Order: sequence, then structure tokens, then C-alpha cells
Amino acid sequence: MSEGGEGANGAAIEVRNLVIDVAGPNGARKAIVEDISFAIPPGEVLALIGESGSGKTTIALSMMGYSRFGARISADCIRVGDLRIDRFGEDALRTVRGRRIAYIAQSAAAAFNPSRPIMAQVIEPLLVHRLADRRTAQARAIELFRALALPSPEIIGQRYPHQVSGGQLQRLMAAMALITDPELVILDEPTTALDVTTQVEVLRAFKAAIARSGATAIYVSHDLAVVAQVADRIAVLKNGRMCEEGPAAQVLESPASDYTRSLLAAVRPAARPASQTGREKVLAVSGLHAGYGRVIDGIPAIPVLRDVSFVLRRGATLGIIGESGSGKSTLARVIAGLLPAAAGEILLEGERLPPDMARRSREQLRRVQLVFQNADTALNPAHTVGQILARPLAFFHRMKGAAADTRVAELLDLIQLPREIGARRSTELSGGQKQRINLARALAAEPDVLLCDEVTSALDTVVGAAILDLIDGLRRELGIATVFISHDISTVKAFCDDMLVLYSGNAVEQASRAEFAGDTRHPYTRLLIDSVPEMDRGWLAHRAAVERAALPGAALENPRGEALCRFLPRCPVAVAGTCDTVPVPLRQAGSHAVLCHRTLADLASAGIMGN
Amino acid sequence: MSGKIAQTLRTLPISGRIGLGLVLFWLAVALAGPSLAPYPVGAFVDRDVFSGASARFWLGSDYLGRDVLSRLLWGSRYTVLLALGAALLAVATGTSLALVAAVRGGWTDEIISRTMDTLISIPSKIFALVLVAAFGSSLSLLLLIAAFTYVPGNFRIARALAMNLVALDFVQVARARGERAFHIALREVLPNMIHPLLADMGLRFVFVVLLLSGLSFLGLGVQPPHADLGSLVRENISGITEGALAIIAPALAIATLTVGANLLIDALKPGAKG
Repeated sequence: MSEGGEGANGAAIEVRNLVIDVAGPNGARKAIVEDISFAIPPGEVLALIGESGSGKTTIALSMMGYSRFGARISADCIRVGDLRIDRFGEDALRTVRGRRIAYIAQSAAAAFNPSRPIMAQVIEPLLVHRLADRRTAQARAIELFRALALPSPEIIGQRYPHQVSGGQLQRLMAAMALITDPELVILDEPTTALDVTTQVEVLRAFKAAIARSGATAIYVSHDLAVVAQVADRIAVLKNGRMCEEGPAAQVLESPASDYTRSLLAAVRPAARPASQTGREKVLAVSGLHAGYGRVIDGIPAIPVLRDVSFVLRRGATLGIIGESGSGKSTLARVIAGLLPAAAGEILLEGERLPPDMARRSREQLRRVQLVFQNADTALNPAHTVGQILARPLAFFHRMKGAAADTRVAELLDLIQLPREIGARRSTELSGGQKQRINLARALAAEPDVLLCDEVTSALDTVVGAAILDLIDGLRRELGIATVFISHDISTVKAFCDDMLVLYSGNAVEQASRAEFAGDTRHPYTRLLIDSVPEMDRGWLAHRAAVERAALPGAALENPRGEALCRFLPRCPVAVAGTCDTVPVPLRQAGSHAVLCHRTLADLASAGIMGN
Repeated sequence: MSGKIAQTLRTLPISGRIGLGLVLFWLAVALAGPSLAPYPVGAFVDRDVFSGASARFWLGSDYLGRDVLSRLLWGSRYTVLLALGAALLAVATGTSLALVAAVRGGWTDEIISRTMDTLISIPSKIFALVLVAAFGSSLSLLLLIAAFTYVPGNFRIARALAMNLVALDFVQVARARGERAFHIALREVLPNMIHPLLADMGLRFVFVVLLLSGLSFLGLGVQPPHADLGSLVRENISGITEGALAIIAPALAIATLTVGANLLIDALKPGAKG
């Protein structure tokens, strides 16, 4: 415990009346962060929660005396231990950064230098600050790798950043930050870019490592459920001001501000009523294989999708869930014809769609519309919103002039944006507005099937929830069958009539909403569901206990045979002698299908799952 | 349309207005110059060479005692129109080919790109020499040679720009809609590369001025007694020790023209032309 002379309340970190301002266009200074005060007791974790643009990263970085170019930090006091950061000059700050205060960035992939081995980068803080020689530094790093539960801690440092997985890289960056035993660690959305299943491992490693080092931490995040697992205190930010600050349990259970309540509500969407569905099949996909490279016997050299089949009824929604790399986006691209399928059939109302979109008729193209994931790049920055929406009208419906103008205005009404926005360029819009335009462009074609590819993953929780509401309302109103691709299982559970779980290109489970609500699940689906953090503060610890119980089954080697279960290396309930030798069967009951050696009855019993 | 131009003018920063003024001035000189010239272009009117400014000869006389102002007024026509024409032609051709290569991809791209690589390897001066020897010097031939020389360079830059744009989602969206290559190239890709292309054209314009004066020096360019601005500098090079107006005036003319063109191009905001 350090004595700073002032602020003798025993807090390790103290901030009083922090203001960060930037120069406006007319020389006046505009505050982007205002009136921020907080204190963190030693060894505790403070979470800064807010949407993008709320100033959470800006505040966190000001703890190191760092601000982006053109911004100016002023405060009555910024104290870290006995260091008065607000009184330090650049030179003094340099001796502190990376040594007494460390920073873990959001994207480890972007923060590591791709041309140097990991070890050289991890021990750099020690060498730069002359705290240890190379040999001791490396020993210390290996110790940290072990503490962070990284595989083969002795040799992982010799690899280059592209040779390890995203979750491992994020943990390696934590090692880099913790290697100097800093008093304050700043974690800036460290798990946002990771899959849910990876996020759990990384969170657990972070929590243990921070507790072990005894450092005080600031955890920046937009995800309340994640924060609930790691934080002792939570500060909620909006537009650069503090809405409320207090102990985590109090903020989560009895929030004082309306804004915190709206954040809490947006985390878990309420379930929607089932859709009015017709009997006819709008879209039927069977035996779809797709991938890259030369195709031999209907199997591409690098397969991405393997034998995927599903049926979409008129007006229904199908949710497709999987981790990154599972082939969900590829599936959308194959249905849209952007990537021709190597084998299999796509039937649109019984009519066979040619695999390659170049061979599809304009009418066939119109009836299947793909909404791209990233609205920032999916809208042409050189066109106005009006031009963007008018193009599909002219292309598919030969609608021009006044009729097209009227229709564009109607479309803008439909997506609840003011009509004046039609004259603006997409670069002048917010992320949520762009995604609405992106959606309206697809609706302008008046499709029968709408493919939504992770349409909310780049948006803030509250904005994303509004977009989901809009899509849900519109598809019901217009009777459009929707394929909803997401990595977020709780969203899919709330919005979709049927689900399809993809793992490594295989449809490992297909179920209706009612069947999905039951207890019978593929082990991978169960892993996905269990990996979603809950608001419950004890969830992470509970989760660890469950997994440890389930571990013994997971010792099987990676299968080489194509027909074997792809999930085998991660499966907690694998049967030795069967799963690693015999091709995996598809077990069906009604519309519920699971790709697993275990019988449906086995999978339903909670006993074998360890919980 | 005219309202749009007026609005663009109003939002133009001061540097852009200076550039626009210079460009308009030189365009006016190029068009009206010969009718304003006080003497015929090749007439020997002064007994002195490299004389200074006087009431009779506003910009003095050159190394043969000809009126510099008259020669400048005639010469600017060649430089402005020929260089501008050649630069426009080079950029139009190079960019069109680049768009075809980027949007079509595959073999089309391969063939066009390798052809351009071959063209780059031909020395431009020798190439010009051969063509002039074969067809005789004429303005249209000079225009073609200058344009041809700078097509591959522009193609390289335009293709690199277009390749980056073609990979973006909005082009995928257009493809998924079933748009033809023509629409994708002109409506989706081209508007996003206008600004760097204009900057490139400004650069090519300066290069063409230099190439033309080089050709004139070899006796292959604009034929005497006419001369473009570049050859006016070249032919009066011996006056540089005396600081003669005969060399300063055309040099200043080239400088103001090229700087003006580049100031104007830089001031046009990206996307303002889309």
C-alpha cells in the first residue's frame, strides 16, 4: 500500500473531476468526457460500462496520462498508487507506462507485431525499463504463461502471433501487461472479439492472473454479463458522463439510473411469439457442400460446408448459430450464389436455383436477398442514401423518377428514419442508421427470402436490439422468410422458429423452438449455451466447476477421417472406441436432428453432461 | 447543374480558388493568345538578343531577337492543349483498362496487366523517335505518343485503387444483385477513385509538359518556328547566366500552370464529384 500524502482514504486509484476536451472547429474546446470521479480500493476491479462513444476507453487511457491527438486531459487529481499522473510530464509518464500501469488492448491480433516472435514482445516491458536481464525475463514470462493456462508454456513464446489462436493471443497480451507486476492494469474490451466459448477461458485466465498479481484493474466493456463476472465495482457511462457508480452487485441488482436499466434489458432479448407460418416450403436446401479449391466428386479441396440441409417455410425464421469459422457466413453466400455450391440442391419454392448466381435469372436474384454483416463497407460511400435505395428499385422493378422517389420515402418510413436522410451520404450516418439502410436496400427488392448475416454484431447492445426489433416486425408484417445468422445463441433463441447449429461446416443439430427449449442437446450446443455469461456474479466460478467435472471424456485425439465427428476433440461425452472409429450417425426424432453417436435419450439425461 | 458548380465554387478553399484562377487564365491564353500576340511568332524583331523588358517588347527578346511575349502566347497553346489533351487521354485509357481488369479479374486482368508491363519497358523517347521517323511529326501524333507513354503508369495506379474497391462489400452487394460489370465499374467503383485519379492526372500533366519539351529539343516535337513552353525554356537556356526574361518568363508560365492545376485538383474534396 502506497502513501500519496493526499486522498488518504486507502484507495489505490483515485480520480477527481476528470475532464477531457478536444478542439472544436471554431477553436472552442468541447468536452468529450466530463465530471468523472471514482476511487478503486487496492486489488479491486472497476468496470467502465457504456456504448461506443461513451468515453470509456478515453477515460481508461487517461489513467496513463495518454489521450488521442488533439485531446487534452485536465483533472483535480489522477492518482495511481503514489503517482500523481495529472502532474507528470511526457518523460515521467514514459517511465511509468508499461511498468507501473499496463494496458491490454481490444484486439491482440492488431497489437502484436507480426514479424517478431511472441516471447521477444512479451518480455519487452522488462527490458525497456531495465528491470531484468533477458534470461530472468524469459523465466518470468514462462511462469506467467503457465498461470494463464496457455498450452506448452515453455515453447509457445517461440511462435509468431499468427501461429496461435485469438484467445491464446489475448492471454499472451495479458502476460505482456502483467510481466512488470504493475499496480494498475487497464483491460480494454479484451474479450469482445472472441467467440463465446473462448471468452469463458480467457475471462477465467484474466480473473485468476489479476487476483494472483494483486494488481488493481480497470475493465472496459460494453457487455454487462461479462463485467458481472470480473468486476468488484461498476461505473456506467453515457456520452462522457457517469450515470452511476457503485459495487457490482448493487449496480446489477438494483440499478439507480434508467440508462443502466435499459442496458440490462437489452442484454437478454425477450422471446418473440412464434411466426405465422404457411405449410409451403419457400427455401429447401439439401446435401449442400461448399468450399474453396478444386472440386473432386462434389467435395472441394478446402471444404467449408459439409452436407447441410434445411427447410424454411413461408414466413418462418431459421436461426443459424456457430462460432467464427463454422461456415455460417459461407452458407449465406452459397444460398445467395456468391460462392457456388460444389454439390447439393437449393430449391426456391420447388424451383431449382443454379448454384452460380451468374446463371440465375434476375427474378431469382430478386427473391433471395442478402443483408451484409458490416454496413460500414456494404454501403457505397460515393452514393447518397436515396441513390442506394433507388438502385434495386430500378434494377428489379424498373421503377424510375417520381414513382421511385415515393418508394424510397416509403422505405425510409418503413425503417423508421426521417425522409431527409435520403439526401445524405452513408459516411454521414451512425452505425445503427447505416444498418437500417442496408436492410432497406434488401427490402426494396421485395424478397421472399431474407438472409441476415450477423447484422447486429458490429453494433452496440441497445442499437442492435432496436435493429432486431425492426427486422422482426418487418418480416412479420411483410411475411418474409428469414435466415438469421448469429454467433449469439440468446438472440437466436428469442427470435427464431427453427435453429440450426453449425460446427466446422456440419449441421450438428437442427430443432424447432419447442424442441430446442427441451433438454435434449448436442454436446456442442450445450457448450455454446453454457458459455454465454449470465448476470449472476457467481456464474464463472460455477461454470468452472461444471467443466472440470466434464473434462475426463475429452482426451481423444483429433480425427483425420472426414466422416468422423468433427466435434470429437472438444467433446466432453465422447465414447472411446466408437466416436474415434465409426462415422457419426444422424439421430432424428420428429424435426429434431442431432449428429452424434449418443442417442437422443442419452443426450437428454443431464447426468452424462456433468451438471 | 450550374447551381451545383456555383456551390462547389463557394466551398472551394483559398488555395483552390487560386488554382482555378490560374487554370482559367492559361486556358484563356491558350485559346485567345495568337490573336493577342503583337508580332508574328517567328519574326526577328529586335537587333539585340536577350534584351530586357521594354515598351516594344514587354517580356524582352529571345536568343535570336524574337519577341518573347508573342512566342509565349503562341506556345502556351501547344503546352496547355496538347499536354491537357494527352493527360486526359492517358488517364481515360489507363483507367478504363484498369476498371476492366479489376472488375473482370482472372485472365482478362492477366492479359491487360502483362501487356502494360511490356509497354512500360519500351523507352518512351526512342519509341517517339521511331514513330516520328515513320509518320513525320504532327500534332495529333505527338498527342498520341504522349498519351500512350503515360497509359501504363496510370493503369498501374488505377488498377491498384480499383482492386481494393472491388474487394469491398458494396461491390459484392452489387454483384449479388446481378449487376453487369459495366454498372459495377462506372457506378460503384469509379466514383470512389476519382480524387486520387485527378491527383494522378495532375502529375501526368506535368510529365507530359516535360516529355514534349524533351521531344522538341530533339527536333521531334513542335516544329520551329513554333515552340511549346518547354522548348522555349530549352532554346533560351544560354540566357540563364544573364537571368534573361526569355528564360524566366516561360519557366514561370510552366510553374504557374502546373502549380495551378495541382492546387485546383487538391482542393476538390473526395466524393464531391461523384
